[in-house]
Amino acid sequence: MARRALAAVWPFVKGCATGTVLSMTFVDQCASVVTVDGASMYPTLDAQQGERALVEKRCLYRYDLSRGDVVVFRSPRNHHELLVKRLIALPGDWIQVPENQEIRQIPQGHCWVEGDNAGISMDSRFYGPVPLGLVQGRVTHVVWPPHRIGRVDRKMPEGRIMPL
Amino acid sequence: MSGFFRRLGAIPWRSIAGEAFHRAFLVAQAFCAIHVVDHHLCSLAIVRGPSMLPAMNLAGDVVAVDRVSVRLGRVEPGDVVLMISPEDPRKAVAKRVVGMGGDSVTYLVDPGNSDATKTVVVPQDHVWVQGDNIYASRDSRQFGAVPYGLITGKIFCRVWPLEGFGLIDSNQSR
Repeated sequence: MARRALAAVWPFVKGCATGTVLSMTFVDQCASVVTVDGASMYPTLDAQQGERALVEKRCLYRYDLSRGDVVVFRSPRNHHELLVKRLIALPGDWIQVPENQEIRQIPQGHCWVEGDNAGISMDSRFYGPVPLGLVQGRVTHVVWPPHRIGRVDRKMPEGRIMPL
Repeated sequence: MSGFFRRLGAIPWRSIAGEAFHRAFLVAQAFCAIHVVDHHLCSLAIVRGPSMLPAMNLAGDVVAVDRVSVRLGRVEPGDVVLMISPEDPRKAVAKRVVGMGGDSVTYLVDPGNSDATKTVVVPQDHVWVQGDNIYASRDSRQFGAVPYGLITGKIFCRVWPLEGFGLIDSNQSR
């Protein structure tokens, strides 16, 4: 009896396991979707409409990130939390921090991230450069809600960065 | 000529394609299963270099890395961890955790030459990591405390060389 029940359920269990494994690999290696929370990236990403963003992960193979990309990274303050910010400067760049009029160099293996909504964003201006190893992917598209679907563009603040 | 086409038509293309697809899917499944186990359960890594010397050899040991306890937050001072180097994201380094967030850590600034010590408080959700061989290790004494998110696994067992097979002592403090 038990064997017959097992035989009936087995294809279903097998399908579920296969699906989980395939989708986990896809999410780790290729792309995933995150829900944006908080207003720090307004107007690029609007959390009030419950926006979902597509995160591309293939850029992590060689870390070919560019200045101006929107990136997802693990918060250096709380490793359970993912943050979405704009990458402003790469290792070796000199950056002018507007808050205290200082010019500093980004150390090796780190990057400088800032939110688009500078007024309320908690970013590198508070906790300094973020290790590149914490970056989990690059936001390329907004995928939800339907009327907001579109690419997320690369954008740079003018005149603050001196690339190496 | 028409005989050739007739013979082409007689080949069971559909079942061949089906079989090929089935095989390819099996291979893909195997790869994905390996990836999931490697990234989320446990994996093997080669540790090289002088920085962990008494615990791990210079020439390169194969060690088993446990990925689960990092995710569950079960990393304690004394554990040997594998982490992404904060100075180069493509590199993985193995170090021993000395202090967790909130602990204060005292270390020798320049162990070869002077007895000067320095005490720092590790920021929240960071870890202080040091190599066991403090004379030849690039660690938190140079680049400061490291965010917890950079830790990718806990090293718990040496697999190769076989004579050194065994658990890695997690409290071999200096």
